[in-house]
Amino acid sequence: MNRRASVILAVVVIAFAYSLPIYMSGFRLFQFTQVCIYAIALMGLNLLTGYNGQFSLGHGAFYAIGAYISAIMMDQWAIAYGWTIPVAGVLCLIVGFLFGRPALRLEGLYLALATFSLALAVPQILKYFEHWTGGSQGIVLTKPKAPWGLKITEDQWLYLVTLTVTVVMFVLAANLVRSRVGRAMVAIRDNHIAAETMGVDSALYKSLTFGVSAAYTGVAGALSAVAIAYVAPDSFNVFLSVTFLIGIVIGGLASVWGNVLGAMFIQFVPNWAQDISKAAPWAIFGIFLIGFMYVMPYGIAGAIKRLWISQVVSRVSQKQGGEPLSSQQAESPSR
Amino acid sequence: MIGRKLTAAVLAGALLGLGLASAAPAQTVVGVTATEIKLGNTNPYSGPASAYGTIGKVIGAYFKKVNDEGGVNGRKINFISYDDSYSPPKAVEMVRKLVEQDQVAAVFQTLGTPTNTAIHKYINQQKVPHLFVATGATKWNDPKNFPWTMGFQPNYQTEGRVYASHILKNFPDAKIGILYQNDDYGKDYLKGMEDGLGANASKLIVMKQSYEVTDPTVDSQIINLKNSGANVFFNITIPKFAVQAIKKANDIGWKPTHFLNNVSSSLATVLKPAGLEASKGLITALYMKEVTDPQWSKDKGFTDWVAFMKKYYPEGNLDDQSNAYGYNVAILMVQVLKQCGNDLSRENIIKQAANLKDYDLPLLLPGMKINTSPTDHAPIEQEQLAKFDGERWVLFGEIFDAFRK
Repeated sequence: MNRRASVILAVVVIAFAYSLPIYMSGFRLFQFTQVCIYAIALMGLNLLTGYNGQFSLGHGAFYAIGAYISAIMMDQWAIAYGWTIPVAGVLCLIVGFLFGRPALRLEGLYLALATFSLALAVPQILKYFEHWTGGSQGIVLTKPKAPWGLKITEDQWLYLVTLTVTVVMFVLAANLVRSRVGRAMVAIRDNHIAAETMGVDSALYKSLTFGVSAAYTGVAGALSAVAIAYVAPDSFNVFLSVTFLIGIVIGGLASVWGNVLGAMFIQFVPNWAQDISKAAPWAIFGIFLIGFMYVMPYGIAGAIKRLWISQVVSRVSQKQGGEPLSSQQAESPSR
Repeated sequence: MIGRKLTAAVLAGALLGLGLASAAPAQTVVGVTATEIKLGNTNPYSGPASAYGTIGKVIGAYFKKVNDEGGVNGRKINFISYDDSYSPPKAVEMVRKLVEQDQVAAVFQTLGTPTNTAIHKYINQQKVPHLFVATGATKWNDPKNFPWTMGFQPNYQTEGRVYASHILKNFPDAKIGILYQNDDYGKDYLKGMEDGLGANASKLIVMKQSYEVTDPTVDSQIINLKNSGANVFFNITIPKFAVQAIKKANDIGWKPTHFLNNVSSSLATVLKPAGLEASKGLITALYMKEVTDPQWSKDKGFTDWVAFMKKYYPEGNLDDQSNAYGYNVAILMVQVLKQCGNDLSRENIIKQAANLKDYDLPLLLPGMKINTSPTDHAPIEQEQLAKFDGERWVLFGEIFDAFRK
C-alpha cells in the first residue's frame, strides 16, 4: 500500500472509530474500549516480537504492573486517572528495560520461558504486597465521569479517552518503526550479526525495545484498570499473556493495523465461540484459530496485504503485458 | 517530512471524530414478559476455577425441570449463563451484556469473590437484583451500601462466631491459639472469632500466628502455638496448609481441641492426606448435607436430588457437593420468584428476596431455615458443629444461629 492510501485509510478508520458512540452505547461501547486497550497491548508485544524478533510469553505481567500502578495511584493518593497512565507507561518502560538487560543472554524459546515465569510470578507477588495491592481481593476503583459538563455517559467518555490514547500510541509506534531506530530493530531481527557489523548496538536496541514494548503494554494495563474500575490478581492470569501472543499472530506480525485486527479477534471470537457451544467454547476457539492460521498464515493484515499486492501485480503485468513480478515478492509477509 | 504530515493528518482525524460523538438514548429495562422471566448468570465454565462450572449447569438443569412443570406463575425461566473464566474483566463484560443487552430481570449466583467484587458497584448503580452470590466473603451482606446484593452461604465471619460461641459455652478455661492465612479470607474468620468472643477476646486468645499463601510450610507456627500453652486451636487454613497443620500437631504431640474451618473440611483433600487417625476429634461447622455421607442416603431431600440429577443432569457427578449446592440455591431462587407473584419488577424481586421467612431447603441440615430481611442480606446464618470420628463428620449439639441466639 502506498503512503497516501494508508494515510487516507487511517483517517477514515479513526474518524469512524470516533463516531462509534453515535451508533452504540453502554455495553457495546465498553467492548470497543477493550478492543482499543488490547490493541495498545498488542502494539507493544508486536514491537518486541514482530519487529525485533524477541519472544515474550509474559506480557500479561507488564499489563498487570501497569494496571496496578494506575490503581494504586488512584486508590492510595487519589491521583486523577489521566496522570496515572503516563506514569504507568514510564515505570513499565524502566521495568521492561531492566528485565530486558539480563534477558539479552536468552534467545528465542529460552527468552519465551523466562518471560513466561514473569507472567506466572507477578499475580502471586501482587498478593504479597497486600497493603498496597489489596491482596487477592484487589482494589475497587471509581469509574471516571465525563468532565467539563459534557453530556455523555461514562462509557462514552472512557471510550473516547481510550481511543485517543490508542491513536496517539499508534501514531508514535508507526513513526518509530519507520525511523532509524525501527530499521535497526528490524535489522536485528533479520540478522543480528549483520546488524552489528553495520554499527547497530544490538544489546542496547534489544533492551530498549523491551522497555518500549513493556511501556505500551503497561499503558494498556493502566487503561484497563480505569475501564474495569477494578484490579485483582485473577484478572492477570497466565492465559492473558498467551492471548496477547494469539492476538499479534492472528492480526499479523510486524504490522501496525494487524494489532487492531488482532485485538478484535481476542475480544470477540471467544464470545462467538461461547455462543456456538457452551460445553466446549475453547475447542471452538481452537478451530477458529487453526482456521485463521490455515487461511491466513501471515495474519489478517498479512492476508490483506497479499491480496493487495497480487492485485497490483496483475494490474502491472496486464499493463506491461510482460512477465509478472517474481512470485516471491507477492508472497512476502507484511512488513 | 511525510511522517510528520501523516501524524498531523491522523491527529486531525482524531479530533474531527471527537466532535462527532454525542449522547446515547436512555433505556428502560424489565426482563419479564407474559410468558418469560430472564435471569442472568456468569460461571467459570473454563479457567482456573472451572471445577465450579457445574454449579451453573445444575442450576440450568433445575430451571428446565421447573419449566417442564409449567414454570413459575405461568412464566418460563430463561436462564442466560455466560462463561467468565473466573476473570474479573470478563465478568464485568458478561454481566454488562446480561444487564444492557439481554436485559435480564435479575442477576443470580454469579460465582467468585473477585468476579463479584468487580461487578458489585456497577450492578447496584444499575439497580439490578444481584442475588445469592456464590462466595463466602462477608461483604455481600451490606444492604445499607449495596441494597441490591445478597449473599447465600454462611460467610466466614458467621462461621468464626459459631466456634466462638461454642468455646464460650464449653471451654471457660480456654487458651486459644489461632493460625490464619494472612489475607481477607483469614482475617474474615479471625474477625468472626474475635467478635464472637466479645470483650473476652484478648484474654482468651493467647497467640495468633499467620502464614502467607506463598509459604512452603506452617511447621514453625504450629510449634510456636504449642509452646504458647494453648489448649484450643482454631485452624484457619486452606486445604494444603490444613494437612500440614494437622500432621505437625499430631507429630509433636500437641492435642488441643482443634477447630478446623469449613473450607478444609473435605475428607478427600484434607483429612485422608493428613491421616484419619491424626484427624480424629477435629471439629468443624457444616450447613449442608454432605452428599457422600451415608447417613443421608434415605433422606427425602437427598433422594429427590438424586432423582432430579438422574433425569435432568445425568452427566453431573453425584459425589460433587457443588451439584447439591446449585440445586439448593436454584430452589431458593424459584421461591423468590413465586413470592413475587405477578409483580416481577426489579424492586419487588429484591424486596421478596429480602422477605424469606423460615424457608427450608432440601439439602440444608435438618432444622435449618432461610431467613432474610431488608437489613439482613445473609440468607444462611446457621451452622452445626460436627466432630470427626475417624470415618466421617458426626453432627452434635444444637444448630447455632450466629445472629439470632
